[in-house]
Amino acid sequence: MTAAPLVGSRTAPSGTQRLLAAVRDDGQPMSLAEHLARFGRLPTNRRGAGSWLVEEVDQAGLRGRGGAGFPTGRKMRTVAAARRRPVVLVNGSEGEPASQKDALLMQQAPHLVLDGVVAAALAVGATRAYLVVHEGTNLDGHLDRALTERAGLDERVEIVVAASAGGYVGSEESALVSWVNGAAALPAATPPRPFERGVDGRATLVVNVETVAHIALIARYGAAWFAEIGEEQEPGTVLLTVSGAAAHPGVVEAATGTRLAQVLAVAGVDPDRCSAILVGGYFGSWVPIDAALRMPVSQAGAVSVGAGLGAGVVVALDERACGLAETARVMAFLARSGAGQCGPCPYGLPAIAGAVTAIAHGTARARAHGDLERWLRVVPGRGACRHPDGAVRFAASALTTFAADVAHHATHGPCSGAHLPAVLPIPDRRSTGPRPGEPATWGSR
Amino acid sequence: MSLIGAAVGHRTLVRVDPIRCDGHGLCAGLLPERIRLDEWGYPIISSEPMDADLDAHARRAVAACPALALSRQPAPLPAPRTPARPPTPRSRPTGGPR
Repeated sequence: MTAAPLVGSRTAPSGTQRLLAAVRDDGQPMSLAEHLARFGRLPTNRRGAGSWLVEEVDQAGLRGRGGAGFPTGRKMRTVAAARRRPVVLVNGSEGEPASQKDALLMQQAPHLVLDGVVAAALAVGATRAYLVVHEGTNLDGHLDRALTERAGLDERVEIVVAASAGGYVGSEESALVSWVNGAAALPAATPPRPFERGVDGRATLVVNVETVAHIALIARYGAAWFAEIGEEQEPGTVLLTVSGAAAHPGVVEAATGTRLAQVLAVAGVDPDRCSAILVGGYFGSWVPIDAALRMPVSQAGAVSVGAGLGAGVVVALDERACGLAETARVMAFLARSGAGQCGPCPYGLPAIAGAVTAIAHGTARARAHGDLERWLRVVPGRGACRHPDGAVRFAASALTTFAADVAHHATHGPCSGAHLPAVLPIPDRRSTGPRPGEPATWGSR
Repeated sequence: MSLIGAAVGHRTLVRVDPIRCDGHGLCAGLLPERIRLDEWGYPIISSEPMDADLDAHARRAVAACPALALSRQPAPLPAPRTPARPPTPRSRPTGGPR
């Protein structure tokens, strides 16, 4: 049904626009014919069933792009060694409200993503793969149509696209596995982890959408090509979703090691008018603007300024906005987004959110600061998942980065920024997932 | 004070399954040496291993937990001993609370 050549252009994308080479400028999804003409067919038959690709991904040094940054090749090797046939679960639920990169890839480069799903499955010896998106995004129908287009490719992997209603914690990997297994989308407490026993009790490779898109390119162009650019320890490119005080918000692809200042410039952020940058999402950290500008874009680079790269969320805070009020709104969202399974989280996070809100509003009692510091110490590390840890990290970074504001609010009451429209997006109570993609404003750069 | 070489293999840890735990709080009464409660009644558990004496109390705490959330497990063996050295002061991040 396709008139596309069997083997198209083999030219590897040059420069730093690798994944975004599969994204058209006009915001239209790339058709299968166009995709094959640009990238050629996925070389799945070379050297056996595809286990060579585990080696290739490992040598490439690819790290997961969903937030944890775990070496993908190592994860694939573990799953591929399972006694029973493993399953692949690709996480496209993009629970971070300020992240749009996975939605952009699925929306506009569906065949690169599906190539990656097929490649990951063949590499670990799986014949079934799940691609889970968030419901209400229309991405499931879109991807199903793309799958129909591929019917003639004879791919030997059954791909199931499913839309999950799980909220912020529902996109955590053990929660996703639980949901695919027919139970509630709640994180699990103890081992076994999904790579040991996941979907249908089988070893399950849980990977992020951007990660499999990189795998699709590594399958074609190899480990050496992948590692040509970027930092030695975590090579390649990474997608960042830049928003906030940006003239051109959107998804930016940058080689790891690029200074964040360059990324901000591409997105039209004027650093002279920003007080801080949120790096990594709602489990991430506020970084003062000066430190953020010189931060290398990488996991290690983010750590060097006291943050984490997470899933590549970058939000520029206008100097007139109130970082404490922003933090208070997000903390309230995180407090009500927990699974409610473990004690410290449903009690501790609302308490922390309340204290941050009081500080932002200038209504905090004297003891609130001491309470808050104690809660920030006592809550992390005691949940089944990392939800409380991430939320605490976010709140703690606000107290450090906006320390001067904390003092000012205590004596002068709330600042004028508290009345400005919210910068950080908060999903509404019914749908706690990402908003539907808006290609008109969420273009790629 | 030296416990090195004495009953290393018998040392244990208590841990709690945070999903099962309902904050009954009995454990903290039975094993105050390793478990205290936060202000909402949920256990905060020390990661310090227990020797046989304390482990007997830990067994009672595990047995008393109405939610079956508490368990004991062998403590990981201590890392090979390095020659004693005065502790190096770690540089503190600036601006941290004192």
